[in-house]
Amino acid sequence: MHSIQFDIAHLLASALVLASFMLLYQDRMFGLIQVFAGHAVVLALAVAWQAYVQDAPHLYVTAAIALVFKATIIPVALFRIVRRLEIHRNVEKVVGVGSTMLIGIGLVALSIAVMLPVTHRSGAYTSEDLVFALAVVLLGLLMMTTRRNAVSQVIGFMSLENGLILAAAGAKGMPLVVEISVAFSVLIAFIVIGVFLFRIRERFDSVDVQALDRFRGDRG
Amino acid sequence: MIDWASIAEPMVLAVPAGSAAILATLPGYRLSSKLNVLASLTTFLAALTLIVHRPPAGTFLLVDDLNVFLIVLNTFVGFTASAFSAGYISHELESGKLTPTYLRFYHAMYQVLMFGMNLALMANNIGLMWVAIELATLTTVLMVGIYRTHEAIEAAWKYFILGSVGIGLALFGTIIVYLAALPVIGEGLDAMAWNVLTTRASAFDPALLNLAFVFLLLGYGTKVGLAPLHAWLPDAHAEGPTPISAVLSGLLLNVALYAVLRFKILLAANEAALAPGPLMVTMGLASLSFAAFMLYRRRDIKRFFAYSSIEHMGIATFAFGMGGPLANFAGLLHMAMHSLTKSSIFYSVGHIAQVKGTQKISQITGLTATHPLLGWSLVAGVAAIAGVPPFGLFMSEFLVLSSTFARQPLLAVPLAFGLLIAFGALIWRLHKLAFGTPGPEEKSGPAPAGYKLVAIFAHLALVFVAGFYLPTSLTAWFQHVAALLG
Repeated sequence: MHSIQFDIAHLLASALVLASFMLLYQDRMFGLIQVFAGHAVVLALAVAWQAYVQDAPHLYVTAAIALVFKATIIPVALFRIVRRLEIHRNVEKVVGVGSTMLIGIGLVALSIAVMLPVTHRSGAYTSEDLVFALAVVLLGLLMMTTRRNAVSQVIGFMSLENGLILAAAGAKGMPLVVEISVAFSVLIAFIVIGVFLFRIRERFDSVDVQALDRFRGDRG
Repeated sequence: MIDWASIAEPMVLAVPAGSAAILATLPGYRLSSKLNVLASLTTFLAALTLIVHRPPAGTFLLVDDLNVFLIVLNTFVGFTASAFSAGYISHELESGKLTPTYLRFYHAMYQVLMFGMNLALMANNIGLMWVAIELATLTTVLMVGIYRTHEAIEAAWKYFILGSVGIGLALFGTIIVYLAALPVIGEGLDAMAWNVLTTRASAFDPALLNLAFVFLLLGYGTKVGLAPLHAWLPDAHAEGPTPISAVLSGLLLNVALYAVLRFKILLAANEAALAPGPLMVTMGLASLSFAAFMLYRRRDIKRFFAYSSIEHMGIATFAFGMGGPLANFAGLLHMAMHSLTKSSIFYSVGHIAQVKGTQKISQITGLTATHPLLGWSLVAGVAAIAGVPPFGLFMSEFLVLSSTFARQPLLAVPLAFGLLIAFGALIWRLHKLAFGTPGPEEKSGPAPAGYKLVAIFAHLALVFVAGFYLPTSLTAWFQHVAALLG
């Protein structure tokens, strides 16, 4: 593989990590959704580049799904939900922006420390790809734990799934079944979430997970 | 002439999938609930034939020594749970908890869940297995939230978020396993097929396998309900319909543990890889001790038995972590016995909650006096789950304990301690539930008809017999699988 191909792949994968960081500090609902759309676009580009480099046409399908479904349909749907539920106020955070970013940097360092030495033998290309993918997964987890609002937790989960797709695309010749299944499961996951959000809307005036948390464990 | 042996394997998957589609279109719930039982019975019979005629490993499906017993167990409990559900669910409709539309959805989802679990057990592909477990998870999320109460939605949401994170981590582990297999097996489906992976695992890069196993244990461990990843489990059990609690505890936890075991075999086949034992022993012991103490503070009867499931999955994980023929044998036996016993307890609890109109332990007293048959079925079930001899769980727990004493006496101390604490909690609660002074009469409805309790006693009879007699062929086969597990 030529070094320029390496560099472009690394550039795109690291752009995805940067986009994850941008998700972490968004404090407006609409801004958060827009950044997530950008996150999905970057993923589509990274996967398409992998398809070109590996000469694996099925990966173009994965890239197209990311572009159409995650970068377009889901953000539009989320915009609507947010508007209908009137939750476009500030995103409530459990931890401040500064400390969240610091933890995020720590997580990236952790994924480098864990992944690089282990995956060294499987070829330079894959190993760095996995480092970025793990970083995106961990940042997605961080986002899910530091947000209270249900919609931003969902976005955190989808950014986590983006990291998984990046990892799957980077694994050379991984059978199609996985890419499609991942994309498909995201679709199902989203329907589930949609159903939930509407149910929650039916019964409560808030999709704030903390409002749901009144019932914790069992009381008398 | 149809070759029954060759179509049994696809039938185990096709029957649930096909009947899910039919049930989704049928409006009447009476017919649906009967059809649901019929479909589950057909699936069970098809699974039974797999014991005798084992099809060769295909590209996507595999039936081998390890999974065949789980497939049979899965379809059997799936069948009895559907029979229980048929009697249970009409009451839910009468009491206005569910509408006919939701019941239709419920029956279709039940079969989708069975399809997902059977596929996860039979998949010969680590990616396909992951998809199937994800499918089963999503269906149960929907089922847990079906009552649409405040508590049910929160339980489903919590389950969904934690389950998704777990499943995400498991996928990451799955990808790393593929990367480990890539240089040895080459690109393509073979590098994800269990039968190929298991035979070639000795040549894999051990460092990659280690890394993958950590992700897989955390990921699928969340689904097993191992502490500290168990937070979703009690809520999901308490708020969903009781047939689903029975299926969750009895089957889905087993399916997730099966996934962990499969990957453990890969690590065991590779000498340079880390021993998965200590990790599993630690998580198992943590789950056991944590759940044992938490049992004392439960006030909801379904949540109480959900914690007991965490405890028992902890024991099974501990046994597999110890490894060796005897402990593995005990672990397999424990999985089977727990599955049968816990589902029977949930059947009893379902009827009790309907009769008493509450799930609060404080409002359920003196069952053996007011509803003798139901009360005694609970007494027998709790005695079995607590590990009272001669029930099967006593045997498996005794084997775990004695094999641990022989090899690592220090580990046996916390294990015995946890078992005793849990035993105390179960008996203490049972005393009030079954033998306390009966509450005011107007609070309790009529006892369910005797035939509705057949499934409970069938399960308990199996567990009872297994406590002192296992057919030699079954024992030999359990031992063979135990050797495979390493």
